[in-house]
Amino acid sequence: MEAVRPGIAARLSDLFWRRPGALLLVLLIPPLLWLGVIYIGSLAALLVQSFFSIDEFSGLINYEFTLKTYAELLRPANFDIILRTTLMAAAVTLAAAVIAFPIAYYAARFAKGHMKALFYLGVMLPLWSSYLVKVYAWKLILAKEGILTWAVDGVGASAALNAILALPVIGGGSLSVSYIGTFLVFLYVWLPFMILPVQAALERVPANLLEASNDLGARPGQTLRHVILPLAMPGIIAGSIFTFSLTLGDYIIPQIVGSSRLFIGQAVYAHQGTAGNIPLAAAFAVVPIVIMGLYLWMAKRQGAFDAL
Amino acid sequence: MHSDRAPIALQIAAFAGLAFLHLPLLLIFVYAFTTEDRSYQWPPPGLTLKWFAVTWNRPDVWAALGLSLKVAAISTVVAMVLGTLCAAAVSRAKFFGREAVSLLVILPIALPGIITGISLRSAFSLGEIPFSTLTIVLGHATFCIVVVYNNAVARFRRLSGSLIEASADLGANGFQTFRHVILPNISTALLAGGMLAFALSFDEVIVTTFTAGQQQTLPIWMLEELVRPRQRPVTNVVAMVVVLVTFLPILGAYYLTRGGTDTAGGGK
Repeated sequence: MEAVRPGIAARLSDLFWRRPGALLLVLLIPPLLWLGVIYIGSLAALLVQSFFSIDEFSGLINYEFTLKTYAELLRPANFDIILRTTLMAAAVTLAAAVIAFPIAYYAARFAKGHMKALFYLGVMLPLWSSYLVKVYAWKLILAKEGILTWAVDGVGASAALNAILALPVIGGGSLSVSYIGTFLVFLYVWLPFMILPVQAALERVPANLLEASNDLGARPGQTLRHVILPLAMPGIIAGSIFTFSLTLGDYIIPQIVGSSRLFIGQAVYAHQGTAGNIPLAAAFAVVPIVIMGLYLWMAKRQGAFDAL
Repeated sequence: MHSDRAPIALQIAAFAGLAFLHLPLLLIFVYAFTTEDRSYQWPPPGLTLKWFAVTWNRPDVWAALGLSLKVAAISTVVAMVLGTLCAAAVSRAKFFGREAVSLLVILPIALPGIITGISLRSAFSLGEIPFSTLTIVLGHATFCIVVVYNNAVARFRRLSGSLIEASADLGANGFQTFRHVILPNISTALLAGGMLAFALSFDEVIVTTFTAGQQQTLPIWMLEELVRPRQRPVTNVVAMVVVLVTFLPILGAYYLTRGGTDTAGGGK
């Protein structure tokens, strides 16, 4: 048998050389089978369920095509959840862009050598550290007896903190049960996803463009506004795809830090779990897909995918 | 050159941003040593090493860690095979549906994890598949493919076609070329992709809550502690260990792919 084996290998590689299509097929079939069957199959199963409805009396799923479940989404209680999640995602995205820009700009333009590596790893390590550990760290920070209250007391600003917490809607009993807390944790956890694409976009801004702007008499602020920001925009949009999508689908952060009012992810989780209303859970899950679809379509028109 | 120094305001904003990213993680390290076991009191009333011993003797932590490592190892192997195959196909040829293939690979990570999770859950219940290690691996491998794929695709692009032709001219068949020319060239990228896939799987919680049933991976164990804190000191120690364990593969992947334009980990 030993002598035959190289023969087969040689013949096979001859075949692949003559017919590249065959090789392509051999390469593609396993991953496509896996993703197609497991992933797309499951997605389709989910999508189909959203067109079923639940019988209000028996609690059983009624396997007939209907749009009733989608209509349920428009009920005020459910629509509030969608609105709340979308607003939170927008706020987180905006704040992340503002905080990320200076980090990305400094790292792209001024950091050299060791400093560059420091900034790279400085973004990479928090990005990859455990999601739950990061959330846990904020539970420690925001706790009433925690470091933030201690620091605020230390600088004698507790009156200001209490005033903020007394605000309607965004306030609450303490930071860890308010929207501000939820917002801070979202911002922290998704910030690295904004920094990296913005930095990638800024790395590609040629230095002589900035010199030209300077030579033409622009003040630094004008250069920033009219040259750097427009060129960084695709990166910011690319980053916002991550921050927006991740906030839309998350159900753990608002469960651990925040008020008891639900976000889309929590609604999905609650309806598929204890409530057993899989059709409504599926319909809720379709909402982020649709919002992200619209968002991606707009982002593509802005040319954001070149910065990914 | 003018203005090679950053404006002071920019420096402050940049370094403050980095501090914002790192201080919470440092806090985890301090809390692992606190003597306080009923609240999250700051500053810690005292420091102790005793919680490390307590954690060491906890069978539930070890069991969760064992399951997490097992799942991450299997998922990484599956993702490395499938991701490399896919990357090889996409980078070597232009074919009908090429864009669709890369979209398909990216989709599991582009869509919120809860959608992947609930999709798999409803598929399992439709197919009456009982929860097991396999069901967790099915989910994890699916979203790990993309990290291996990203790293491999970047490296395949740099791999010059003339190398492969030279190997063929010297009489090597396709398998020998793969073994002696292609594999050595892509090995560091694969290793880096594998490490990142491992880190991603080891840490995953959202999809896992839907595919694990009653089983506990380490993130699921942590999640339960987060929702209903019962043993804060043990959680503090576990959190610190998890930070350390995930840092190692990330640093490894960075040093393996450093210097290229395709440094690993850019797209989690």
